[in-house]
Amino acid sequence: MAYVPLADQDNEADLHHPHSWVTKYVWSQDHKVIAIQYGGTAILVGIAALMLSLLMRMQLGFPETFDLIDPNAYYQSVTMHGMIMVVYMLTALLLGGFGNYMVPLMIGARDMVFPFLNMLSFWFYLASVLILMASFLVGGGPTGAGWTLYPPQATLAGTPGHDMGILLMLLSLGVFVVAFTMGGLNYVTTILQNRARGMTLMRMPLTVWGIFVATVLGLFAFPALLVSVIMMTFDTLLGTSFFMPAIIESGTALDHNGGSPVLFQHLFWFFGHPEVYIVALPAFGLVSDVLSTHARKNIFGYRMMVWAIIAIGGLSFIVWAHHMYVSGMNPYFGFFFATTTLIIAVPTALKVYNWVLTLWEGDIRLNAPMYFAIGFIFTFIHGGLTGLFLGNVVIDLPLSDTYFVVAHFHMVMGVSPVLVIFASLYHWYPKMSGRMYHEGLAKLHFWITFLGTYAIYLPMHYLGFLGVPRRYYALGQTDFIPESAQDLNAGITVAALIVGSAQILFFINILWSLRNGKKAEGNPWGAASLEWQTPDTPPVHGNWGKELPTVYRWAYDYSVPGAKEDFIPQNMADADVEMESKSN
Amino acid sequence: MMSESAVDGAPSGVPGLVEDWASDKQAYNVPWGKAMMWIFLVSDTFIFTCFLTGYLNVRLTTTEPWPLQTEIFALTLFGQSVPLVLIAIMTFILITSSGSMALAVNFGYRRDKTKTFWLMVVTALLGASFVGMQAFEWTKLIQEGVRPWTNPFGAAQFGSVFFMVTGFHGLHVTGGVIYLLIVANKIRKGHYDAKGFEIVEIAGLYWHFVDLVWVFIFAFFYLL
Repeated sequence: MAYVPLADQDNEADLHHPHSWVTKYVWSQDHKVIAIQYGGTAILVGIAALMLSLLMRMQLGFPETFDLIDPNAYYQSVTMHGMIMVVYMLTALLLGGFGNYMVPLMIGARDMVFPFLNMLSFWFYLASVLILMASFLVGGGPTGAGWTLYPPQATLAGTPGHDMGILLMLLSLGVFVVAFTMGGLNYVTTILQNRARGMTLMRMPLTVWGIFVATVLGLFAFPALLVSVIMMTFDTLLGTSFFMPAIIESGTALDHNGGSPVLFQHLFWFFGHPEVYIVALPAFGLVSDVLSTHARKNIFGYRMMVWAIIAIGGLSFIVWAHHMYVSGMNPYFGFFFATTTLIIAVPTALKVYNWVLTLWEGDIRLNAPMYFAIGFIFTFIHGGLTGLFLGNVVIDLPLSDTYFVVAHFHMVMGVSPVLVIFASLYHWYPKMSGRMYHEGLAKLHFWITFLGTYAIYLPMHYLGFLGVPRRYYALGQTDFIPESAQDLNAGITVAALIVGSAQILFFINILWSLRNGKKAEGNPWGAASLEWQTPDTPPVHGNWGKELPTVYRWAYDYSVPGAKEDFIPQNMADADVEMESKSN
Repeated sequence: MMSESAVDGAPSGVPGLVEDWASDKQAYNVPWGKAMMWIFLVSDTFIFTCFLTGYLNVRLTTTEPWPLQTEIFALTLFGQSVPLVLIAIMTFILITSSGSMALAVNFGYRRDKTKTFWLMVVTALLGASFVGMQAFEWTKLIQEGVRPWTNPFGAAQFGSVFFMVTGFHGLHVTGGVIYLLIVANKIRKGHYDAKGFEIVEIAGLYWHFVDLVWVFIFAFFYLL
């Protein structure tokens, strides 16, 4: 019997149209509203985490002058800054925010396949954020275990927040995994099963590919986090010994015996390394689309770009122990994990070459999103190259736990995705809001952020070579560290304060433009991909009006020889493309 | 039914597979819910894999001996200690419930609502009795002094992983029982008459998965 897809709901009547302000903006099932809820919450917690980093910088740069935080508060700031930025800000913003907004629009769907589940995903995410924030209010404060939460120290009495703080952190992570799973199942199913007619997988914009593979990674990697969170909760609450060896705390032997702290590290990094690519792959996709649009050229090597995303995604599951070279695991593992780690450089370098080759001889329009996208290529190359150093066991051993590592991961998974996020927010702002942002302000924002990034992180590489250890509250009197290191630290702090406060330009820009920006046309950049071809700007609930679009080509038909316009939208049939007359 | 791309002249073999995968509209010729359930189950597999890997790891790292399964899981029947008898019955019941579930799917597609309903109820009852016997087993162990944090028969980790993993699986079964009853009730009320009965198969996928996981837990905890 022929199967007629029951869920193939193309008719308007089946959509859950909102009836009131509350169902439209609060309990909304529209993927675009959910995306903005997700993104807004992520940006808000991101600001909180940014403030924490500035507090730490002031302490490190001017330990004598400022008396804002004590050592405990410093560790709590390190922990919360790291965890919030990686999980609650970047993951939520890129997948919950951009994933929700872009996926249905880019593949020509009306919404996610299960809008209710999608809504639930956001509310679980919000709950996880609130639980996390509640840890600032409990006695003992948030956990100061470091964002990796390594046991046994995470739950021992010397660590700030070892009782309530760590429990709230674990609970919050558990809820976050549930939220992510509900959202992630939706994205994957939507991309596989709900594309517009003609939108084959190999015609999808790279943004969708990046989000797709990142979500699959998340669905396979977050289980490891969930399991380690459950086990650690039991260790803390029930006194089990999954991760706790026989241990003596302040002179008394604890009731633990025979657990394995390294097991936690394996589970954590089995999640933690794919997590890097859960953040990076959507950013790779978004930046590819921004670069191609503003260079007026098709993305170079589209197929290879797709396969590189898939290869990076696959490899990311067999490299996790390169975070653990100094953990005490079997040294022979180091050989295997160093090899796989360096192999990842191949598809990654391929992507960088292809971005640069996309720019090659392009008709580059230097709009603000393009600034940020090109800035990303710089920071990503620099962060990626230091990754090659750290991937080697012998080089990692002395550099591990120094500022070199801090500089590396901030360049590669802090600054780089954030630059892409800014590029994308400026790029899609006209579609999301219906207004243009202020170009000059955006470019000022770029230059301060981009140059400031280098002012902050280049000196940190040098500090790392000097052997300055990371996560230290103050350097104190250390023989092997020259006094000049403190001057560098002060300089870094000044740069960080400037860059941090410059982000206000971004918020002024988007808030001011919401009211006063120039009205945007539907497709101000002349982009070919589907989300720019919606009948309304910003797109209304249901996205496409009466009829779903039909796709005739890939997303990168820019500057096609012979065509009159320098781009051909994905939903334009060959017969409708205006060609230049032969006489020209 | 052939997918849309597999009309006349479509390639077969590996190129056909690629063609199917890359085809427009949808990669699989299945309802959205079924695709989503499959993806969820793969993700859930990773959870149980991590649990079982963690279990094997602590079993290696613990310094005290692991209790003998033939003794700790034995029941005294008619004055004789019979090893693994309860767990054999539990496993048999759960696997039987997979059979009744498969029949329910079959009758669902034949649109025989009464039989589907009753077979799903039978499946749910078998599942509930599984959970009941698990509660009995837990009670027995707890009465003998086994706790998550301690175990009079050897390594404390035995109690920890046993209660954690069988508990997590038991939650899956309990959730499945509730899910089956909700779906069965909706079938009885005619909720799916127009939509079709794929939902029975989707619920069945979940149920078979929970069974399959049990086979691994059974092997790893009771036999290994």
